[in-house]
Amino acid sequence: MCLAIPVRIKSIDGTDAEVEIGGTTRKTSLMLTPEARVGDYVLLHAGYAINILDQAEAEETLSIFAEMSKLMEGK
Amino acid sequence: MLAHGSGGKLAHDIIRNSFVSSLSNPVLAQLDDSAVIETGGRMAFTTDSYVVQPIFFPGGDIGKLAVCGTINDLAMVGATPLYLSLAFIIEEGLPLNDLKKVVSSIKEAAKEAGVTVITGDTKVVNRGTADKLFINTAGIGTVPAGLNVSGHNARPGDRLILSGTVGDHGIAVLSQREGVNFATELKSDCAPLNGLVAEMLRASDNIHCLRDPTRGGLATTLNEIAEQSSVSLRIDEDKIPVREQVASACEMLGLDPLYVANEGKLISAVAPEDAEKVLKQMKKHRYGRDAAIIGEVKEENPGRVVMKTGLGTTRIIDMLVGEPLPRIC
Amino acid sequence: MKLVSEFRQYDLADGLVRSIRQYAQKPARFMEFCGGHTVSIMKSGLRQLLPPSLTLTSGPGCPVCVTDNADLDKAIALASLLDVTVASFGDMVRVPGSRSSLQEAKAAGADVRVVYSPLDALSLANENPDKSVIFLGIGFETTAPTVAASILQAVEMELKNYYVLSLHKLCPPVIKALLESGEVNLHGLICPGHVSAVIGSSPWEFIARDYGIPCVVSGFEPLDILQCIDMLTRQVVDGKARVEIAYRRGVTREGNQTAIGIMEKVFTHAPARWRGFGEVAASGLKLRPEFARFDAEANFDFNPGPTATPKGCLCGEVLRGVKSPGDCTLFRHVCTPEKPAGPCMVSAEGTCAAYYHYGEKDVR
Repeated sequence: MCLAIPVRIKSIDGTDAEVEIGGTTRKTSLMLTPEARVGDYVLLHAGYAINILDQAEAEETLSIFAEMSKLMEGK
Repeated sequence: MLAHGSGGKLAHDIIRNSFVSSLSNPVLAQLDDSAVIETGGRMAFTTDSYVVQPIFFPGGDIGKLAVCGTINDLAMVGATPLYLSLAFIIEEGLPLNDLKKVVSSIKEAAKEAGVTVITGDTKVVNRGTADKLFINTAGIGTVPAGLNVSGHNARPGDRLILSGTVGDHGIAVLSQREGVNFATELKSDCAPLNGLVAEMLRASDNIHCLRDPTRGGLATTLNEIAEQSSVSLRIDEDKIPVREQVASACEMLGLDPLYVANEGKLISAVAPEDAEKVLKQMKKHRYGRDAAIIGEVKEENPGRVVMKTGLGTTRIIDMLVGEPLPRIC
Repeated sequence: MKLVSEFRQYDLADGLVRSIRQYAQKPARFMEFCGGHTVSIMKSGLRQLLPPSLTLTSGPGCPVCVTDNADLDKAIALASLLDVTVASFGDMVRVPGSRSSLQEAKAAGADVRVVYSPLDALSLANENPDKSVIFLGIGFETTAPTVAASILQAVEMELKNYYVLSLHKLCPPVIKALLESGEVNLHGLICPGHVSAVIGSSPWEFIARDYGIPCVVSGFEPLDILQCIDMLTRQVVDGKARVEIAYRRGVTREGNQTAIGIMEKVFTHAPARWRGFGEVAASGLKLRPEFARFDAEANFDFNPGPTATPKGCLCGEVLRGVKSPGDCTLFRHVCTPEKPAGPCMVSAEGTCAAYYHYGEKDVR
């Protein structure tokens, strides 16, 4: 039920969007994220985008993981 | 359009026009009540029914599925498939063109696999009592003396070789269902595997087990082998080939590719000394290009299938519980 | 798959695991509230990477599991009415109510459809004007806004045959009830990731402030959960409980104001019954009076019958975190996913189902 996946907005038509992940596409409602734009990544849940994802934060998190790996090497 | 037929001229015309002329061969052309053929030695015999919905899907249709599915059942015991029977239950109102397309697929699939359809039957039933088209088949083939390929024969130490990517068929069919909202370029992997199996048997005398993971997916078939052979199987998540489009569709639908149906794949248990040789041979074949060794057979904990995850942890791979995706084959 | 595959680079796990081992010196119990976290933990075998000092306990964050039998009986009774179609998320369909299930009702002739989205239910209503389509509203704050949006869309489409049976629930009140009961001794809370994507991280601040329990909002990939656990163990060590967000790509302190606004426009707070907790004040969502025409409870005459719960079923205790599925005498023997005694064994995010499917008992 908490199942929500990151998808990319390919196109927007009114409050609907065509979204994509790994070659699979779907129609989605942007009623809950009206400020979303083409190219944005959103969390898809039950046919709606429930939030816009922050790609900069995603990169930051990944670099934290990488940092941690380096730091903890040999510990 | 097909009207309710009960054996008179209308049914006869259907049979002659659609099937016999398309699948023409001397045996079928006899139009006797039974086909009489000569064959000797050890025989393999199988039957199956096909109720896939929708009947047309990317990469195939119910006709291709029926032929390949039956051929594969024979191939999984090491048999050379020879002859098929086909029985159609047709819903009144099915467009004749649809039927012709299905028969044409059957002809093509039979030709590729080198089998002949030598006997058949058609029934037309009232609207609403069969969903467009159901197909029942039986298939016979010959098994060389001394060849013993069976789900019971997996032995500790055997390597598990999977012939290619998993989940393609189930997802391709699902994408065409009414009310399911997702689009994909995925095609069903529906294919006859007798050619691939022949290559494998040529490469090694130590192929102990062959199974095609259809309904319930690879996970279910692995559990069946573990149960039948009283062994445990250890597989490696990282080694299992899954197309990105299958993985992403599964993410979207909350499915696990290990439990999604395949119609053109096999899993084999091969003696360890021959595993690399067999793998190499498989990769040369068009239906084995993505083949991979995904694990091995062990002695302890018989009946269990255990997977090493990408994280290096281990977990159980259970039988599919609840219903598999309905009417996927 | 962008924003998924990068988070599955499992060679990055090692650094996080070592850090956790370094900080988790004293025994500590963390609760993962959300069923989605339970599944991810079980499926990835994450516990095998954690030091023995850390215990993870599952909480009541499975909206299917916490639905009381009395409420499920309402849905089943509605489904059995003439000219009614009940549209439901797949999970609910096999959950046993007091006497039956939606699946059994369907087998007996009721029109029950599995849908992926309330939008599918809207389409059903639009395409079948002679039927009353009732959407079974199950879910927390992740899902409630989508259902609220569907009602607003129904208003715009002037649909006269779309209804919602709202069994939606809110997370913070039940966490408060859990902590108030004092039944579980928690040293940290793995906060739900997608609920927080909607409501933000601020609703969890009372947990750190009033109960001194460290809180970290986590994503759902195993690497996300490891990062969350690392952050929790550090909070435990420095002794200053606060709310942190590990899942920074999806969650902010304020959340999605549009989604919150839509949810609050359509729904108001009401008491709700939670399996295992009884009635929890202001923990449910009820349609506001101005949307009463979409409220299934107000518009249909139905009788759910007396409520009953199976003897020996420990779903309630499992949901409160005081018992583990293995403690239940029915687990595996009588209660299996094919023949579930309670919802925890049937729901895709049910604790018992997760333990059953991915259980580590027999693995060496």
